[in-house]
Amino acid sequence: MNINATLILQSIAMMIFVWFCMKFIWPPLLKAMDERREKIADGLAASDRAEKELAAAKVKADEEIRQARDKAGEIVDQANQRHSQILEQAKDDAVSEKKRQVAAAESEIGLAANQAREELRTSVASLAVLGASRILEKEIDAEAHRELLDKLIKEI
Amino acid sequence: MASGSEAPTTGEYIQHHLQNLTFGKHPDGHWGFAHGAEEAAAMGFWAVHVDTLFWSLLLGFGFFFMFRNVAKKANSGVPTRFQAMIESIVEFVDSSVRDSFHGTSKLIAPLALTLFVWIFFMNFMDLIPVDWLPWAASTAGVEYQKVVPTTDVNATMGMAITVFILILVYSIRFKGVGGFLSELVFNPLNPRELGMPKVVWPFVMAFNFILEIVSLLAKPVSLGLRLFGNLYAGELIFILIALIFTAGAGLFASGLSSVFGEHIPAWFWIVATGSVFATLWLNLKGQLSTKRTLWLLMIEMLLVGGLAFLGGQLMHFGWAAFHLLVITLQAFIFMMLTIVYLSMATEHH
Repeated sequence: MNINATLILQSIAMMIFVWFCMKFIWPPLLKAMDERREKIADGLAASDRAEKELAAAKVKADEEIRQARDKAGEIVDQANQRHSQILEQAKDDAVSEKKRQVAAAESEIGLAANQAREELRTSVASLAVLGASRILEKEIDAEAHRELLDKLIKEI
Repeated sequence: MASGSEAPTTGEYIQHHLQNLTFGKHPDGHWGFAHGAEEAAAMGFWAVHVDTLFWSLLLGFGFFFMFRNVAKKANSGVPTRFQAMIESIVEFVDSSVRDSFHGTSKLIAPLALTLFVWIFFMNFMDLIPVDWLPWAASTAGVEYQKVVPTTDVNATMGMAITVFILILVYSIRFKGVGGFLSELVFNPLNPRELGMPKVVWPFVMAFNFILEIVSLLAKPVSLGLRLFGNLYAGELIFILIALIFTAGAGLFASGLSSVFGEHIPAWFWIVATGSVFATLWLNLKGQLSTKRTLWLLMIEMLLVGGLAFLGGQLMHFGWAAFHLLVITLQAFIFMMLTIVYLSMATEHH
């Protein structure tokens, strides 16, 4: 077992290898590892965030659905109300229309009756004059007896 | 094993395995490789262990290219498995440095990573069967080959010396020359705080200085020698286990040689290796249950090498499994101690 110059050469070799490592191995490896660590941390944080966002979205969606359901109920209620309103109104309209038509018919009937009566009256008057003239065998001067005739008409 | 024609004795075998391939100037003035321990010793300080340097540089570059390859391609996307493995090592070293080193330094973490991986690789050479690479080297005409750089005290102390230089540099950088010197003479007994009379100050300071210098020098020594001692002992035990193989084979070889004569023919070893290989292959292909594979392997080893050979296998496996812990732990300790020493160098006491 001799101590010799191997000692010095080995010592130098070590320095060179350490320098190699310092220069070419350690920095890129550490850089890559640190970057990956950061990436993983970011990824985990992002997934956490996404989870939270998902939960929030779910709550929001539930809220929306609840609101929509409320609104739908409201609309259905309104529709029902409106439905009965329309029904009611239609009924009212029908009733009033019926009344109106009845009234119109009645007034028409009354008018026709009056007209008939009037016609009847005039024809009665002329008939009466005709009858009277036949009875008297003599032409009655219609002008002369106008006053009497009018009185008669009025009486009928 | 020795390239000589005769089979080496046990002592020669061990010595051969513990001899570095030394290049230097022979006493007669010409440069060349040493043949044997005496010649290597005669070369004095200005000689180099070529095998130590070759393997440590090879493994150092192995570390560099392995990590550089990953570092070049590293991005913040999904890592490949290999990248993930490299990054987990880096992460481990980084957290060790963060835990132990309280200053800020761009050097400490890469230093720690280099030391950890490089020393682990060098230690790992210990798990390669002790005869393989020396045998290959001797076939290629290289007489000696010690493949575990960390079993060479020059390699471990060389690294420790670099760390020591860094300790001095850090001490001076963070405390200044004056601060560093005053730390040396006012610790552990501070005459000012203890209220001693001025007369005894020089004596107390001299006493402190001796203590502090010892503790300062103990740092590189504890780093380098501890690593060397552990690995050297581990290597030696592997060599001894390898000797048990040889001894066991010898015991059984008397039986084998009664069959084959003086020399066991090469085809015997080829058949033996082939049958073990075939057994393992069949197991991997699912043709053979693992339990039966183990039994078959035992029987094959028993047949091939005899009972002692089997014992050697099991011992080798056991020690290798244990040593796997040792080499990792030693690499880790070297790294941690380096961090701690440098951390101490940057802190005021």
